[in-house]
Amino acid sequence: MASLAIKATNLAKWFGEGDARTMAVKSVSFEASFGEILYIVGPSGSGKTTLLSMISGILKPNSGTVLVEDRDIWKMESDELADFRLNKIGFVFQDYHLFSNLTTVENVAIPLILKKNDWNQSLKVASEYLKIVGLEKRAELPPVKLSGGEQQRVAIARAIASRPDILIFDEPTASLDGDTGRKILEFVREHILNETRCIIIVTHDSRIFEYAHRIIHMEDGRIIGEEHEK
Amino acid sequence: MNGILRIAFKLLVNDRGKFTALLVGITFAVFLMVMMTSMFAGILSRSSSTVTNIGAKMWVLDPAVNNVSSSIPVPDYVKDAVRSIDGVRYAVPLYSGGAQVKLANGIYQAVTVIGLDDASLFGRPELIEGEIEDIYAENGFVVVQDAEISKLGNPRIGTKFEINDHRGVVVGIAKANISGLFGIPTLYTTFNRAISYLPSTRFTASYILVEPKSTSDIPHIKQAVSKLGYQALTDDEFVQKISNFYKYQTGLGINVMLMTAISFIVGLSISGQTFYTFILENLEKFGALKAIGAKGHELVSMILFQAGFTAFLGYGLGVGLASLIIMSAKLRMPDYAAQITNLNLGIAFVMVLIIAGISSYIGIRRVIRIEPFDIFRG
Repeated sequence: MASLAIKATNLAKWFGEGDARTMAVKSVSFEASFGEILYIVGPSGSGKTTLLSMISGILKPNSGTVLVEDRDIWKMESDELADFRLNKIGFVFQDYHLFSNLTTVENVAIPLILKKNDWNQSLKVASEYLKIVGLEKRAELPPVKLSGGEQQRVAIARAIASRPDILIFDEPTASLDGDTGRKILEFVREHILNETRCIIIVTHDSRIFEYAHRIIHMEDGRIIGEEHEK
Repeated sequence: MNGILRIAFKLLVNDRGKFTALLVGITFAVFLMVMMTSMFAGILSRSSSTVTNIGAKMWVLDPAVNNVSSSIPVPDYVKDAVRSIDGVRYAVPLYSGGAQVKLANGIYQAVTVIGLDDASLFGRPELIEGEIEDIYAENGFVVVQDAEISKLGNPRIGTKFEINDHRGVVVGIAKANISGLFGIPTLYTTFNRAISYLPSTRFTASYILVEPKSTSDIPHIKQAVSKLGYQALTDDEFVQKISNFYKYQTGLGINVMLMTAISFIVGLSISGQTFYTFILENLEKFGALKAIGAKGHELVSMILFQAGFTAFLGYGLGVGLASLIIMSAKLRMPDYAAQITNLNLGIAFVMVLIIAGISSYIGIRRVIRIEPFDIFRG
């Protein structure tokens, strides 16, 4: 049986106080294992992005615990948490958040540079990851010169460059057409996923559900169902 | 360069529009600040030109005197009394006054006449033409070759003129260390010729120039002179007194200070606003970096580096531009009174540091508050 990557227990998060309090996530518990692609799906406002933020060390829950590889991440100090994100988590943001003033290869090298690696060495390693996503010939271009699908692949290369154990994708196909979206997910499943990596994807794009090993359905801040790959 | 600072550098300079606007803002502010303070420094330096050019270690003067050109005559007994003070090696009178010179073409020109002690010629200028002894010749005057000499028709040795209905003859051309403030040519002659050619009051000496036996005698000499109801100042103190007069009693200092403050505010406004816009536009990037794993202090160091780099580059460009303008102006207008001093550069540097500090502070506040969660929310 695959080992446990994340164990979230009774996670709750609310915003505002008093009458203005809005419950975003209500007592959610789930587990994610290495070697699997887990989808968190649901309509807008169902709490999936809030849940994703809490399990990736970005948003502190009001209650509950998040164990990543058996460590409670919300008991870490802020610098330790930053190190945890840098070393253990790779993010692929919905809008990619690539730096238009840096070249593509420099964008991919960012996590390596943050890890205090030498600049040239970081670029060299980043080039290898660009090769993995098939964009080695685009290395010196600024991201704005790339297509949406290519930018998505650059974001993936940046996310995996620091060799994280857990990859977080936030609405990875939101800005892509159906074909490109499916190609990206096929690529992720074939080349990025491995036995020591857990991939969690937040989406409401049913066209890509076929690439999940497991899908958690959310609504109104609660998990309302779970389905496994057939 | 540290990798994260290199990212900060690239984010800054590759945003060419903002970077240019930032640089222009700081360069312009530094340029204005350096120009204003340099012009003021030039004016102050020229206001004390006689003190500097004469080179006496101590000056005895009426306490009410606050600049060289408005001297109050000192009685002869003061000169004698000063000479008898312990620690005084010698003391000589100096005449300093204004007169009208009638040139050969009939044009009148105001001049400053310095009358040197006949016996010692103490305070005599360095001659570039002629011999200083010729100053004793009949009607002998030495003319200073400064920016104003053209107003006397560029006289050479032997040139004749009229001064207060007396004949004057140029017997030497002197080098000027510092030109005067008011654009008036300077003539040197002997003390006795000065007071006989030019109308004067009952007391004739404008100042008593004192040479102390040693610097340790200076406090005692000052004390003894004050007992006579007069003031003895070292050359530096006299220069400072004149500077203080122009700074605080003429409105000149306040005006320059106001202009410098306005330059600072203009620079701060342009740079602060542009830097803040730059930070706002990059806020998502900083948020993304924070989400990826950058620590708060690393983001702070990025902003400080960006602000510092722009500030120092702008400072260099501003100082360079001001130097270029001053040099060009001096080539075309020898009268132009502006000089860049270490103090001017220091003031501009501190102002730039404040601009960079305030700009970064505003940026840092925003970046520290950005939550990586906002990046997820979009």
